[in-house]
Amino acid sequence: MRKVHFKGIALPYLLLLPQLVITGLFFFWPAGMAVYQSFLREDAFGLSSQFVGWENYADVLSDPTWLESAARTGVFSVSVAVLALGVALFLAVQADKHIRGADTYKTLLIWPYAVAPALAAVLWLFMFHPNIGIFGRMLNALGIPWDYRLNGGQALTLVILASAWKQVSYNFIFFLAGLQSIPRAVLEAAAIDGASPMRRFWTVVFPLLSPTAFFLLVVNLVYAFFDTFGVIHSLTQGGPGKSTETLIYRVYTDGVMNLNLGSSAAQSVILMIIVVVLTAVQFRYVERKVHY
Amino acid sequence: MLRRRQLGLAAAGTLAPVALAAPALAQGGPTEIQFWHGLAQPLGGLLEAIANDFNNSQNRARVVSTFRGGYPETMVAAIAAFRAGTAPHIVQMFEVGTGTMMAAGRAIKPLHELLRETNVNINFDDYLPAVRGYYSLADGRMMSMPFNSSTAIMFYNKDAFRRAGLNPDEAPKTWAEVRQAAQRIKAAGHEMPFTTAWPTWTQIEQQSAIHNQEIASQENGFGGLNTELRVNNPLMQRHFTNLLEMGREGTFRWGGRDSAGDALFASGQAAIVHASSGARARFVREVPGGVANIGAAMLPYYEDVPGAPINSIIGGASFWAMNRGPNAQRSADENRAIAEFFAFLARPEVAAKWHTDTGFLPVTRSAYERVRQSGFYEQNPGADIPIQQLLRGDRMTGASRGIRLGGFVEIRVIMQEEMERALQGQQAAPQALQNMTTRGNAVLRNFERTNRG
Repeated sequence: MRKVHFKGIALPYLLLLPQLVITGLFFFWPAGMAVYQSFLREDAFGLSSQFVGWENYADVLSDPTWLESAARTGVFSVSVAVLALGVALFLAVQADKHIRGADTYKTLLIWPYAVAPALAAVLWLFMFHPNIGIFGRMLNALGIPWDYRLNGGQALTLVILASAWKQVSYNFIFFLAGLQSIPRAVLEAAAIDGASPMRRFWTVVFPLLSPTAFFLLVVNLVYAFFDTFGVIHSLTQGGPGKSTETLIYRVYTDGVMNLNLGSSAAQSVILMIIVVVLTAVQFRYVERKVHY
Repeated sequence: MLRRRQLGLAAAGTLAPVALAAPALAQGGPTEIQFWHGLAQPLGGLLEAIANDFNNSQNRARVVSTFRGGYPETMVAAIAAFRAGTAPHIVQMFEVGTGTMMAAGRAIKPLHELLRETNVNINFDDYLPAVRGYYSLADGRMMSMPFNSSTAIMFYNKDAFRRAGLNPDEAPKTWAEVRQAAQRIKAAGHEMPFTTAWPTWTQIEQQSAIHNQEIASQENGFGGLNTELRVNNPLMQRHFTNLLEMGREGTFRWGGRDSAGDALFASGQAAIVHASSGARARFVREVPGGVANIGAAMLPYYEDVPGAPINSIIGGASFWAMNRGPNAQRSADENRAIAEFFAFLARPEVAAKWHTDTGFLPVTRSAYERVRQSGFYEQNPGADIPIQQLLRGDRMTGASRGIRLGGFVEIRVIMQEEMERALQGQQAAPQALQNMTTRGNAVLRNFERTNRG
């Protein structure tokens, strides 16, 4: 690649400016406000505020319900990522074969990506609502007591399914692109050597896909952490009990509904730290095992 | 491209007169009053019709009504707007938000102050004591304008009663009778014999009130911010054990949080529901079989509790006058317009129409008289159940006056969560009530601390 050298410093900074302004305005400023807010305790109307130091953090970290939410978020995120990646990889491998109508399948598989999370949740609601959902009624008619509004395990399963379904399309596109960029010669060589299709997949295709898979793992975990709010809000609102309340949903309930801004800000700062650490760990350790 | 330009021209054409009209409005036109409410259809439409009646009755003020989502969303939106300096003039606030609003300092304009400054007179002696007491300070000064007050009652589906071989004109009165009726309804093949809307309001707050049991110390919080929850008491333990047993035998089905249970009765799925009397308007429109198929009765009670039942408490909402933002006051014109709108709402004919149209309470004695004399209650049997239940017993006690807790919205969510966990079989009744107390008290202490100064 040819390197371009600018003469002065004005032009490069000018070209960088829009991105810097956007980052400052939409990331550093709100994040800074959150850090500031997390050291305060305020009434709902913001008429009086008091500096409380680390108290909000101490309260959050010693609250058993918050720790339960954290554990639940771990289960939720890993389930969503594994499910969405697994299904997408399977579908991509199938769609990569020479089959009739492959383009149609591909298009249909990509469609759900255009659906907003809240709408995806409503679709699932119409399928699995115990009173109005077609599958929900079917399950109950079969004698399986299905009511995700009262059964925490069912509720969590449902939000995991809905969240993962939504992400399959995105993963599918990347896996498919990854598969198509694998040189045919390598596969043919393996076939000539007598490797079975399964063996070819695990020893040739999968390692060559690992950069894609690694990238998707990061994206999926971040998606499960932050972007599933709409799904949870529309389907279960964190209930029943607290069985579908993830950390991001809790930031919303405590900040927006309960108007406890200090605690909510402290939680979002903790969340920010968790995600920073998680990403750093991923890049440092997982990336080592990735073949490029 | 051409189309876009035409659109642009059209937009400019419509904008120009508005821009010209704006200064004219400021000089002599009606004062615009922003009014945010939390009532979905059909109630929201009926409420906006009243605001329009007010607009047509005079030309000094114009009330602009906006639906902001349910009650909790409206409350959150108003508070956020206040912080941003764009609060509405009037916000409809559900009774649960009363404690928070009373402690809101300069965010609100107390009603007694508003009326004094504008020389508008509203006769609050005419208001029902239960309504007046809920929205006034200890010394009787009114803080907000009562409007849509309701209380919880029991509705039942007469068809479901008939199919189960029960007398559709005789409602169960006690919990033992409710359970028996629910068992027979279930035996007749009904999926959902009994459910409830607003689970904490109907099953904790109202049940405690009619059995004269405080849910929080300091007379349910009326005495001060240092109140503590008292829900883990023998009455509530008994009631929860009963509900959990009914849940296990399939006679009680959880209908969801807040108003979700309304839909189950409206669709005909649930045979018995405990709901706001204000849900009557919806039920009459939606329940299969219409008004002839809907029975109304007072909430059931435990007959061996001494002195029970007494009056239930109100729910619903009142109207709060708000300041625009932390550093912005209202003009005298605006305050006057707000006060005149409130005075309009207090008129007996307005209050009476709202009551007969919706099922909310007639909040004033004169409105009640007016409706009674019109023969409405003879034509609509059961429509006077809420007010009778509210006036039942001759004494309003510290447990039955109302509830005034800071952070009550959050406490209700906590209570609903613990109820859900108990109904899932994760905890027994006393454990659920103890968790409510512990977690709820943490909210109360936090509220006390942030609102002390």
